[in-house]
Amino acid sequence: MAQLAIHKILIANRGEIARRIMRTCRAMGISTVAVCSDADRDQPFVAEADEVVLLGGTRPSESYLRGEAIIEAAKLTGADAVHPGYGFLSENAEFARACREAGIVFIGPPNDAIAAMGSKIEAKRRMQKAEVPLLPTVEVAEQSADEVLRQVEKLGWPVLVKASAGGGGRGMRIVREPGQFAAQLETARQESQAAFGDGTLFVEPYVESGRHVEVQVFGDTHGNVVHLFERECSIQRRHQKVIEESPSPALNEPLRTAMTAAAVRAAREIGYVNAGTVEFLLTPEGKFYFLEVNTRLQVEHPVTECVTGFDLVRLQIQVAMGLPLPEEIHHAKLHGHAIEARLYAEDPAQDYRPAAGPLHRFRIPASEGVRVDSALDETAVVSPYYDAMLAKVIVHAPSRQEAARRLGRVLRQAQIHGLRTNRELLVRTLEHPEFLAGQTDTHFLERFDPRVLSAPLGDSAVERVHAAAATLAAQACRRREAPVLGLAPSGWRNNPSQFHQARYRGTESEILVEYRFQRSGLALRIDGEDQGQVGFGVLSPEQIRLEIGGVARTYNVHQVGDAFYVDSPLGSSELAEIPRFTVPEDEAAAGSLVAPLPGVVHELRVEQGTAVAAGDVLLVLDSMKMLHEIAAPAAGRVTELRVESGSHVDAGTVLAVIEETS
Amino acid sequence: MPRPILPSRFDPRSDQHQKNRDSVLAQLEELEKLLAAARAGGGEKSVARHHKRGKLLVRERIELLVDRDAPFLELSPVAAAGTEYEVGASTTSGIGVVSGVECYINGNDPTVRGGSVNPYTMRKSMRGFDICKQNRLPYITLTESGGADLPRQSEIFLPGGASFRNLTNLSAEGIPTISLVFGNSTAGGAYTPAMCDYTVFVKDRAKVFLGGPPLVKMATGEESSDEELGGAEMHSRTSGLSDYLAADEADAIRIGREIVANLNWKKFGPRPAAEVEEPRYDPEDLLALAPADLKVPVDMREIIARIVDGSRFHEFKPAYGTNLITGWASLYGYEIGILANQQGVLFSAEAQKAAQFIQLANRHGVPLLFVQNVTGYMVGKQYEQGGIIKHGAHMINAVSNSTVPHLTLQIGGSYGAGNYGMCGYAYRPRFVFIWPNSKTAVMGPAQLAGVLSIVRRAAAAATGKPFDEAQDAMLRQAVEEQIEKESLATFTSGQVFDDGIIDPRDSRTVLGIALSAALSAEVKGADKFGVFRM
Repeated sequence: MAQLAIHKILIANRGEIARRIMRTCRAMGISTVAVCSDADRDQPFVAEADEVVLLGGTRPSESYLRGEAIIEAAKLTGADAVHPGYGFLSENAEFARACREAGIVFIGPPNDAIAAMGSKIEAKRRMQKAEVPLLPTVEVAEQSADEVLRQVEKLGWPVLVKASAGGGGRGMRIVREPGQFAAQLETARQESQAAFGDGTLFVEPYVESGRHVEVQVFGDTHGNVVHLFERECSIQRRHQKVIEESPSPALNEPLRTAMTAAAVRAAREIGYVNAGTVEFLLTPEGKFYFLEVNTRLQVEHPVTECVTGFDLVRLQIQVAMGLPLPEEIHHAKLHGHAIEARLYAEDPAQDYRPAAGPLHRFRIPASEGVRVDSALDETAVVSPYYDAMLAKVIVHAPSRQEAARRLGRVLRQAQIHGLRTNRELLVRTLEHPEFLAGQTDTHFLERFDPRVLSAPLGDSAVERVHAAAATLAAQACRRREAPVLGLAPSGWRNNPSQFHQARYRGTESEILVEYRFQRSGLALRIDGEDQGQVGFGVLSPEQIRLEIGGVARTYNVHQVGDAFYVDSPLGSSELAEIPRFTVPEDEAAAGSLVAPLPGVVHELRVEQGTAVAAGDVLLVLDSMKMLHEIAAPAAGRVTELRVESGSHVDAGTVLAVIEETS
Repeated sequence: MPRPILPSRFDPRSDQHQKNRDSVLAQLEELEKLLAAARAGGGEKSVARHHKRGKLLVRERIELLVDRDAPFLELSPVAAAGTEYEVGASTTSGIGVVSGVECYINGNDPTVRGGSVNPYTMRKSMRGFDICKQNRLPYITLTESGGADLPRQSEIFLPGGASFRNLTNLSAEGIPTISLVFGNSTAGGAYTPAMCDYTVFVKDRAKVFLGGPPLVKMATGEESSDEELGGAEMHSRTSGLSDYLAADEADAIRIGREIVANLNWKKFGPRPAAEVEEPRYDPEDLLALAPADLKVPVDMREIIARIVDGSRFHEFKPAYGTNLITGWASLYGYEIGILANQQGVLFSAEAQKAAQFIQLANRHGVPLLFVQNVTGYMVGKQYEQGGIIKHGAHMINAVSNSTVPHLTLQIGGSYGAGNYGMCGYAYRPRFVFIWPNSKTAVMGPAQLAGVLSIVRRAAAAATGKPFDEAQDAMLRQAVEEQIEKESLATFTSGQVFDDGIIDPRDSRTVLGIALSAALSAEVKGADKFGVFRM
C-alpha cells in the first residue's frame, strides 16, 4: 500500500483523549483540528488545537455523533485524516466508510473489521474459526422458549444473557435458576431492542469471579500483526473500568503466551489493521475465553505505553500513513508495572451518581513516573452532557506494589475542590490488601462496599484539625487584605475578653474553632478542647504550617466563598464556614423550590398563579442526561416562576416560589 | 535615603534592668487584676442573667461589630479604679475597625447597675467625644443604659447634657454618629439615638421613650404600654426614630456594619508607606527599660529603637540641649517627629530646642510623639536669671498652638510644668498612654512633703512656737503616702486623666493604632502661635 501524507488531523472527540492525540500530533509535526459542541467552547482541548470547528449543540447527538458535520469540518479545514479517539464514532463502521469515501484517512481498522466486531454473535463465529477459546454459547433465535431453556440447561447455572449488539451492561442479565430464565430473557430482549434497535440475544455460562484481561494488538497494512501484552481491567463499577494495569498479576508466562497468541490469531482472522484490543474473560482456574474486540484506541492505553515504551497514537498514525510497524515492536518487552486510575466526578456512595458544576481546583502533584491525562485545566466547569471522567492518573514503577503505593499517594495528595469524585474509592482500592495481593476480579467493587471505600479519607478528627487550618488561613487572608491597620498584630487586644471564633459545617457536625494570638503564642481550641502548645510557621492565606499535638504539618487551604478546601498529609476536607451573620433578605423565601442539580429546564407545566396540589409536577429539569421532576412540596399557588423552558440553571437556583395555602 | 538605625547597648542582665523588669511585671499583674474586674462587668450573676435573656455582653457586641482579626484598642479600661464605682465605669470604649473604617466605639455595660452613668462614665464618654472630634472618627454607640446614677445626679445632670450637644456637633462636622439600641434608653437617654445620624433598634428589646407608662398615667391619665410608647417596631414603622428594625442583637450589629460600609468614608490624613520594617530589637526589652526608680535615667534611644519602624531615627540638634532628644522617624509607615526626655530635667536649651522642633513639625505637617520621663524645668538662681520661665513658656506656647496630631507616651515620671511642656493630659494630645510604672504629680511626694514641712517650720519660727519634730515626721510621712498613692498610674488612669495604662511591650502597637486613627483627620500644621516672649 502506498504511503499517505498526513499533515493535518481532525480529532473527532473531546476532553482528555483529544488532548492526548494532539500531543502526539504536535510531536510529529502534524497540525490539529478540534471539533466541539457549544458546551465545550472553553475546554482546554479546544484552546490547544490549531484550528477549531464548532459543531454546535450540547448533547452528543447534536455534536460529536454528527458524522456528516465532522466530515464537512475536515473538508473545510483541509484535514487529511480523522482520529476518532474512543467512544462517540470510534466504532461506527458507517462513519469510517464515509470518511474514506470522502478521501479522508480514518485512523482505525478497516470498515468491515469494525462491522464484524460490532456484532457479538458474528464476532464469536469468526473467533471460532481462528481457534480462539470461546465460552459455549446458546444463540437465541427462532427457537421456542422451552427449546432455549433446554439448550441453556446444558451450560449449567448461573448463566449470562447478553445482547449481541450490546455494550455498557445494557441488555445483560445474570440468571441463577431455571425458574427465572424466561422472564429475564424477555426483559433483556426488551432492553436490547430499546437500546440498540436489535433484540438479538445469546446466552453463556456465567463465571462468578472472572477477571477482565485484554490484549493490545496492532496490525499494519503490510501484513504484520503484533501484540503489546495484556492489561487487566477487573476493577469495574457498573461494567465501566475504574482501575487498569499492565501486566496482569494473574498471568504467568505460559498463560501470557497463550493469551497473546490467541489475540494475534483473532486479529489476523479479521484482517486487522491499526490498534485493537481483544478482551478475554479469565476464570479463577486460569482458563480464558474470548469476550469481544474493541476496534479502537482504549481509554486505558497509557498503561501499555508505560510498560512497553511505545506511543500508541504515533503507531496508529504511522499505520494509517501506510508505514510498516517499527522493527522494535517485534521485540517488545514489559518494563516494570503501570497502573491507571480513572478519576470520575461522581459519588460512589450514591450509586455513582455523576456530579457536574464548577471545579474550583484540580491539581495533581507532578512527580517522577506519574502521568496525568486530564481533560481539565486547574479550574473547570464540568458539563453534565458528557462522560464524567476528569482525568486518568497513571503511575509507572518497577513493581506492582510500588506502582499501587505511589498512585495511592498521588491521589491522596491531589487537590480536587468543588466536586465529588471517586478519589477516595480509588485510594482505598489501591491500598486494599486484596488488591495488593492481586486478588482482583470484576466483582471487587461489589464485594467491598463502595460507600465504605468512598468515605472521606480524613475522619472527623482530621476534619477538626483542618477546620483550625482553614481558620488560620482565613485569618491570614483577612489581615493581608485589611484596608487599615494591616500592620497591627492579628486580632490584637489590650484587654482580651474572648477568643476569636469560626464555625464550620463538617460532615458529621458543626465544628467550632477558637483562637487567640497571645504573647506566649497561639492559643487554639477546637470544639472547646484546648490544643495546648501550638506552634506555627508560615501562616498565609494559602498555606499553614502548624504544629499540633507535637506533629508539624503543612496544610494547603483554598477558600472559595464560604467553602474551604483543606489538603494535608492527613487527607482532604471540604468545610463550609457558617457566616457570622445571617442576612434575612438572603434567605430563600419560604416555599422556594431550588434546582437540586445543574441542568436545563426541559418543560414547564405550570404558570404563575397556577394552584397546585402537593406532589404536582411544576417543571422538568434535564440534567446529567436524565429528566428530573420538580414537584410542589405542599398545596399552594405558584407566586413566582423564575425560569423558562430552556433556561440553564445551577444547583441551588430558585426555580419557583409557592405560597402555601392552609 | 533611609534613616540610620539606632544602635543598642542594651544589656538585659544588668541589675538595673532585672530590677526594672521584676518591678513592672508586678505592676502589670496588678493592672491585670483591674482589667479582669472591668471584664467581669456586673459579676457572674448579673452576666448569667443577661445571657439568659438571650442578650450579648457589651464586649461580645463589640467583638461581633469589629472586623475579624483587626485590632481593638480599648480606651480607659480601668476608669473609676480606686473609686466607689466598678472598674471600667459601666462602659467599654475603644478604637476598632468596622467594615474597614477606624471608628470610636462606646458601649454601655448593662450588667453594671443597669449600665447607669456615673461621674467616671461621663468623663470617659466626654473624652470619647473629644477623640472623635479631634481625630474625625465615626462614633458608634451600643446603647443600653438606665440613665444617670441618681444619687450622684448633681454631678452628672448639668455637664452630662453636653453629650447630646456633642453628638449633633459631630454630625455637623461630617463625622457620622450611629446608635445601635439594644435595650433601655429612656427619658434623657432617649436623646442619644435621637441625636445620631443613624439608628438601629433591636426588635422587642429597644425601649426608647421620654416617659414610661406610669409617668404618662400620672401626667395625662392615658393608659399605654412600653411598646406603644417606645418599642422598636413602633419607632421603625410609626415615629421614624429608628432607621432600621433589627431582628435581634446580631442583626443590629450586622446592620451597623453595613451602615459603616456605606458611609463612603475616606481618611483625610497621609497614606502609610507601602513597605514597613519592624523594629530590629525585641519589644520584650521594654520591660527592663521601664524605670522602677525614677531617679535613675533611662536611655530613650533604646526605647525609641523598640517602637519606630526599622529602629530608624534621624536625630535633630543632637549636640544641643541633650537632656531632650528630638528627631524624625516613622511608625506604621507614617512620618512622625519625636520629643523624648533623655534626662528628667529641662533647661533653657531643651525648652528652646523643643519649641523649634515643634514649629518644624508644623511646617512639615508631621505628627508628634512625646515620650515623657520628666521631672520638670530646672530651678535655681542661675536658671531663673537665665530665663528658664521664658524658655519654658516658648515650649508650652509651641505645644499649645501646634495643630499636628500629638501622641503622648509616659514611660516614667511626669512632674510639674514638665508635664505641660511635654504635652500632658491638659494639652489635649490626641491620645495619651502611660506605662504601669508611671507617676504623675506636681512634684515628687518627698519633695512635696518636704516643702510643706519647711513651710510649717517657717510658720512656727515666725510665731515663735516650738516645732514638734515627731509630729512633723508623721505629717511628712502621711502626705508623702497620699501623694505617692495619687501619683500612681492606676489612680490617674482611674480618674480618666489618660487613655489607658499599657503594657510597655505593646507600645508600638498602641501608638501605631492611635496614630493611624488620628490620621483619619487632615494633618495641617499651625499657621499661628502665641507671641514668643524674647
